[in-house]
Amino acid sequence: MLNPISLTFKNLKKEKRPALITYTVAGDSSKKQSLEILKAISNYADILEVGVPHNTPVADGGQIQTSAYRAIKNGIKMNHIFKIVSDFKKSKNSKPIIFMGYYNMIFQYGENNFLKKCKKSGVNGLIVVDLPWPENKNFSKKCKKNSINFIQLLSPTTSNKRLKSITKDSHDMIYYISMLSTTGGKLKVSPKKILANYNKIKKISPKKNCVIGFGITEKTISNFKNADGLVVGSQICKEITRSLNNRQNPVINVSNIVSKLRKKIS
Amino acid sequence: MKLKKKIPLIDQGDKLGFWGGKFGGNFVPETLKKPIEDLEIQFNKLKNNKNFIKERDKYFKNWIGTPTRFIKLKNLTKHVGGAQIWSKVVSDANGGAHKIYNATVHCLLAKRSGKKVIIGDTGAGYAGKMLSMAAKKFGLKCKIFMGAKDIARQQPNVKAMKKNGADIIPVYSGSQTLVDAVSECMRYWVANCDTTAMCVGSTVGPAIFVRICGWSTSQISRELKVQLMDEFGDIPKKLKLYNCVGGGSSSFGFWNEFMDYDKKQVEFIGVEAGGPANSKKHAAPLTYGSKIGILHGAAQYVNQNSDGQIEETESISAGLDYPGISPLHCFLKDTKRARYTAASDEEALKAYQIVTKYENLRPSLEPSHAFSVAIKEAKKLSKNTIVIINSCGDAYKDRGILEKKLGKKYVKSN
Ligand SMILES: Cc1ncc(COP(=O)(O)O)c(C=O)c1O
Repeated sequence: MLNPISLTFKNLKKEKRPALITYTVAGDSSKKQSLEILKAISNYADILEVGVPHNTPVADGGQIQTSAYRAIKNGIKMNHIFKIVSDFKKSKNSKPIIFMGYYNMIFQYGENNFLKKCKKSGVNGLIVVDLPWPENKNFSKKCKKNSINFIQLLSPTTSNKRLKSITKDSHDMIYYISMLSTTGGKLKVSPKKILANYNKIKKISPKKNCVIGFGITEKTISNFKNADGLVVGSQICKEITRSLNNRQNPVINVSNIVSKLRKKIS
Repeated sequence: MKLKKKIPLIDQGDKLGFWGGKFGGNFVPETLKKPIEDLEIQFNKLKNNKNFIKERDKYFKNWIGTPTRFIKLKNLTKHVGGAQIWSKVVSDANGGAHKIYNATVHCLLAKRSGKKVIIGDTGAGYAGKMLSMAAKKFGLKCKIFMGAKDIARQQPNVKAMKKNGADIIPVYSGSQTLVDAVSECMRYWVANCDTTAMCVGSTVGPAIFVRICGWSTSQISRELKVQLMDEFGDIPKKLKLYNCVGGGSSSFGFWNEFMDYDKKQVEFIGVEAGGPANSKKHAAPLTYGSKIGILHGAAQYVNQNSDGQIEETESISAGLDYPGISPLHCFLKDTKRARYTAASDEEALKAYQIVTKYENLRPSLEPSHAFSVAIKEAKKLSKNTIVIINSCGDAYKDRGILEKKLGKKYVKSN
C-alpha cells in the first residue's frame, strides 16, 4: 500500500498539477488557532507541513522565527503538537502531515519514542533541518521501519556526488532548497536556474517526488507549475503576523491566501 | 570514553566529527555541508604545512605579540598564603584578549580561499573586535553579529569594532546575547556561504570550527610550556591551571600542550559562570549537570528544558553568558581529565577587587571568575604547588559594569 504522501503525488499526476504544500508553525498563535488554520487550509492544500517551533533555529528567517517565538511564548510543548496532529487527523478533510523541525526536539524526546508518537498521532513524514546526510542514515532507516517518510533535503551547494548518494538513500519525497537563503528570503535566483537544478535532480532520480521550497510565494509560484510539489511557508507565517497586528482573523486570511496559491497552479 | 595520547585533542574526533562518539558533529542545514567540507579540506592540509605555520607564526609574533607574559603574583601569593600564584597574561596580546589567535587564523584561511567578506559572532565584544582588527589587516570586509543586550553592556569593544570599519548587526531575538548572535551569524552564512567566510568566536559550532579555534588558541600553552621550563627548569610537579570557560577557547588553548601529563601533576580547572547568587539562571552547563543536546551544530551539554528548547542564561560577564559549551570540554569532563566548577557574579567581582588591590593586573570579568576559584583553592595548597590563572582579557571593556557595581575607584586607572 502506498503511504498517504506518495498517494497524494500519484493522484496529482493525474490532475497534472504540482502538490501544494503549506508550512505553518504548530501553536501559532495558539494551539486552538493553529489547528483551525490547518483545518481551513486543508481545503486547498495537498500536504501540510507543521513546523515544530524551536528557539535557536539556524535556518529560519524573520517571519518563521516570529511565528515560532510566538508559539513558544504561548506555551506550546511537543506533546501539544502531537495532539494538534491527532485532532486534525480526525477532521473530515484531513491531509498528509509532515513535521519540519530541528533535531534537538527529537533527540530530547528520544528517537524511538518520537517515532512511536508520530505514528500514533498520524504524522506521515519528517523534515529535520539540521540532520543532513550521512548523519541521518540511521534515523532515516528507523523512519522507514515505522512507515514514516524521511524527507532528504538538497540545496544548490549539494555536489553531484552527494546528490546521487542522498537521493539513493531517500524515501519517496525529496525537498530541493531553491537558493542559498534562510526561509523567508526573496527569490534571488531566476526560476530558470532553479528549474535547471530541479531537472538535474529528476534526471538522477526520476521516480522520487521532488518538491521545491524557499522563496515560493503568490508572486513566484506560477513559474514552477511543472514541479512535483511546491512549498509555501514564510508568506503564510507573515500573513498570520499581519492579521494579528490588524486584529483580523488569521484563519480566514490565511485560507484566502492558500486558496489563491492553489488557483495559480491549477 | 578515553583520551588518546600523542594525538592532538582537536584531531581525536571520529569521521563524523564526534569526540568520544557523542560530542560535536555537524548538525547543520544541507546548504552548509559544502562550505564546511571545503574548510575542512583546506584546514587539514594547511595545519601541517610548513609555510602556513611559518606565516601564522610571523603574524602571531610581529602583530599579536608573542609570547605574552608569565608573571608571579607575589603580593597576591603573600596575601592568600598557600600555593604560589602566577598568571599568564594573555591580555597582553594585541587587542587585549585571546580571541585574536582564532580571528587571525580564520582571516588567513579566508584570504587563501579567495573570500572577500568575513562574518563572526561576539558576546563580550572581544571576538568581534579581534575579527574586525584581523579583517582590516588582511583586507577583508567584516560583519559582526552581536546581541542588543551585549551591545549596551560592552560599549568600549563596540566602539573599537566600528573604528576598524566593521558592520555591527544588532540581534534582537531571544535573550539578545551571545547565543542569539551565533544563531544569526549562522543564518547569515546559510544565505551567503558562496562569497563569505565565517569565523565562530569560540571552540563551539560545527566540528571544523571547534578544531580551528582550538588549534589557534593553543599558542597560549605552547608559550607557557617554554616559560615554565625557563622559570623552573622543568614542568612543576604540582601544577594547577585555572581558566574561565564560556565556549571554552581560552581554557582549551591554555591546557592543550599539557594534555598528556597525568592530572596529578598538571590539573585543569575550568570555571563557568554561575550567574547572580540569588538567581536560578546560570551559564554553567558542566557544573550544574545539564543534559546533552544540540546547539549551533554540535552535540554538547547545554542548558535546555525537557522539550529541547535552549534556556536563557544570566551572567555578569557577556563572554561567559552562553548556554552551551565546547564539545572538547564535554569530552574532557567525561574522561575526567579536567575538573569544572562555577563562580557567581558576586564572587567574580570580589576576586576582581582582590586582584586589583594586590597586583598591577586588571583581569576582565571573565578571568575574574577563574581568579575567584583559584584564590579560594590556593589557600589550602602547599607552597610548592604552582597555581596559574589565565588572565585572558583586560577589564577595560567592563568599565561601565565595574563602575556601577563597585564605584568609580575601580575604573579610574584604566
Ligand atoms: C576575555 C574573555 N575571556 C573568556 C571568554 C570566554 O570565551 P572562551 O571560553 O571561548 O574563552 C571571552 C569571550 O568573549 C572573553 O572575551
